[in-house]
Amino acid sequence: MAAAARPAGRPRLELRIGQQRTLWAYLFLLVPLLFFALIRILPALSSLYISLHEWNVISPVRPFVGLDNFRTLAADPKFAKAALNTVRYVAVGIPAQIAIGLALALMLQRINRFRGLFRALYFMPFITPIVAASWVWQWMYSQHLGPLNHLLLSVGLPAQPFLRSPGQALYAVVAMIVWQYVGFQTVIFLAGLESIPRVYYEAAEVDGAKGWRLFRNITLPLLNPTMVFSVVYSTIVYLQLFTQVLNMTFQDQGGPLASTLTLVLYVYHLGFQRFRMGEAAAATAVLFAVILVITLLQMRVLSKPVDY
Amino acid sequence: MKKAWVLGIATAVLLAGVGTAGSQPRVTITYWQYFFESKVKLVDQLIAQFETQNPGVKVVHEHFPYDAYNQKVASAVPAGQGPDVINLFYGWVPLYVDSGYLQPLPTDAFPPVQIERDYVPMIKASRFDGKYWALPTAVRSLALFYNADLFRTAAVVRPPVTWDEFQGAAERMTARDDRGRITVQGFGIAPSGQDHHLLREVLFRQWGASPYSADNRRVTYASTAGVEAFRWYTDLITKSKIGAIDFFPGAGGYRNSFMAGRAGMIVDGSFAIGAIRRGTRAAWGIAPLPGKTVGGAPSNFGSYWVHGLTTKAQGPRRDPATAFLKFLVSEGTQRLWLDAVGELPAYKRLVEDPRLAADPSFGPFISALPHARATFFVDEAAQRQVIVDAVNEVVLNNKPPKQALEEAAAKEQKILDDFWAKRRRP
Repeated sequence: MAAAARPAGRPRLELRIGQQRTLWAYLFLLVPLLFFALIRILPALSSLYISLHEWNVISPVRPFVGLDNFRTLAADPKFAKAALNTVRYVAVGIPAQIAIGLALALMLQRINRFRGLFRALYFMPFITPIVAASWVWQWMYSQHLGPLNHLLLSVGLPAQPFLRSPGQALYAVVAMIVWQYVGFQTVIFLAGLESIPRVYYEAAEVDGAKGWRLFRNITLPLLNPTMVFSVVYSTIVYLQLFTQVLNMTFQDQGGPLASTLTLVLYVYHLGFQRFRMGEAAAATAVLFAVILVITLLQMRVLSKPVDY
Repeated sequence: MKKAWVLGIATAVLLAGVGTAGSQPRVTITYWQYFFESKVKLVDQLIAQFETQNPGVKVVHEHFPYDAYNQKVASAVPAGQGPDVINLFYGWVPLYVDSGYLQPLPTDAFPPVQIERDYVPMIKASRFDGKYWALPTAVRSLALFYNADLFRTAAVVRPPVTWDEFQGAAERMTARDDRGRITVQGFGIAPSGQDHHLLREVLFRQWGASPYSADNRRVTYASTAGVEAFRWYTDLITKSKIGAIDFFPGAGGYRNSFMAGRAGMIVDGSFAIGAIRRGTRAAWGIAPLPGKTVGGAPSNFGSYWVHGLTTKAQGPRRDPATAFLKFLVSEGTQRLWLDAVGELPAYKRLVEDPRLAADPSFGPFISALPHARATFFVDEAAQRQVIVDAVNEVVLNNKPPKQALEEAAAKEQKILDDFWAKRRRP
């Protein structure tokens, strides 16, 4: 109608209102896209470029070295250790986080009083600054002065080295991250649970289904989209682990003996402490490929449409 | 058409340039350092003084956060925007030289013979490719900080002179609760703090092992004597248990535990004096590092920040930049630096000044300077990690110290080989 109101005679591209709106939407979407390309895609491409060159951060000369940086990485036991650790973080952290998050959500769903209060309490670690939380946990784990060992000793159990043990340190870090993310996980699951229509449960109950069978055959399948989101999201979080590890092992970052070292921390050390930008970029490229492949696989394997 | 236009503008710019040069015969040089308040304030004062002495020269002082310093240099210098005189950590000199940012110090203004005569010996680490590339205004060394109250309680009558005495004192000061957890460390163990320097330049040497070959190309500390020194250090943790790694978690935990009265002694640098003075409630003091035997050869670790001339300081800027550098490292500046920043002078003459040597805080650090060496690091972060890991292999994995140290030496050798191999590449 706006077009019809215009004086006739001037030849112009006639767009319907719907088309105009779409065009405007694209135009507005273009701005963040340009921004995204500038601050995300361009640096990512330049990091791919750097990964094929040798660069000590300050030199104007960056000789092309082909795949040398990748070969150096392959030969570095610390890179292998960091990669293995990262897999461990994912393999231990995500199941723990999802199981606890789901259990809490199921219990919260059953109560009516104080549900909001509980939810807020569980969510609080998620909005606590990571650095501050990491330092508090580091103190709680302290072998000689920490309250956790005090607790263990007072119930007659032996004191544990926690972050000072190559065997325990990684799991001690995972515990902190699970604590941090479990509230977020719970809230996501609560939303997912709310979206499952009650009629399915009622119908199943009429047929005599109870407890575990309801959960196994209704709740779990219908929670699948939520589950996929949770798994994909937390996989990315765990693959990019950095701040918690750096701050909980500040004196010997990723230690002891590289037992908590993650890929991102490894990249940080290479690039910003050792000035080996080429190798750091190569490690980043590897991490990028791993995240991409794992995410695509997860989407494919996990997301099955469920119909009733 | 276009060419003529460009030519016209170029002529105009040129004429304007000549015009200003005629009316204002000044050369502007730029000085860069990272931000550290007392240094920034002092350099501002010094620049005012320098400009009065050199009326034709204007010095622009720019500073950046420490974390962004190298990146800033990397982005500015290739674009021709960087400094003429630059402040950098001595360990970065090879990196800067290889990147083509530094020019060797002009030998007429800084004759090498004079440098070696005037400066404390540690600055030899700045000789690279047979040339001096930069010089410090101030240096740092290590000493023993002790808690005098804990000394008194444990009946330790004076700071230890030998490492045996040190161990005895530490054992007496270590306190544990009824379950065997340490509540007060005799010695604030910190392999990733200053202890890896202590091992390299103090313990190895005092036990009779040279940590590196004279040309800095080979790691030589895994000798019999080196293993003995390393074993003595790890025994402090595993056998006499006078301290624990990460007893206080966090950055500088060993220093914090000392300030909190939870460590009887720590080995720390002169740069820690300020923090310890502000933060320690107990009575405390500083003593020179102990030796292997009474009267045995002392040794110490030194480190420093240097001032160098960048490749940008050419043509009319070269002489003023050289003059400013000379002024920055002069005796007068060094005296001011000690008072204002709390860093030790780099001139032998000042080190021998009896008034400075008698200072209760600076004295023990200054007396260490004649025998302090700065390790020639090619990759400090990685080299530190090697020693930290070696200690952990013994403490956590029960590896024999000999094996742990030999493995460490092999790993560090690889880091050195890598560095020298890359340098040969054109």
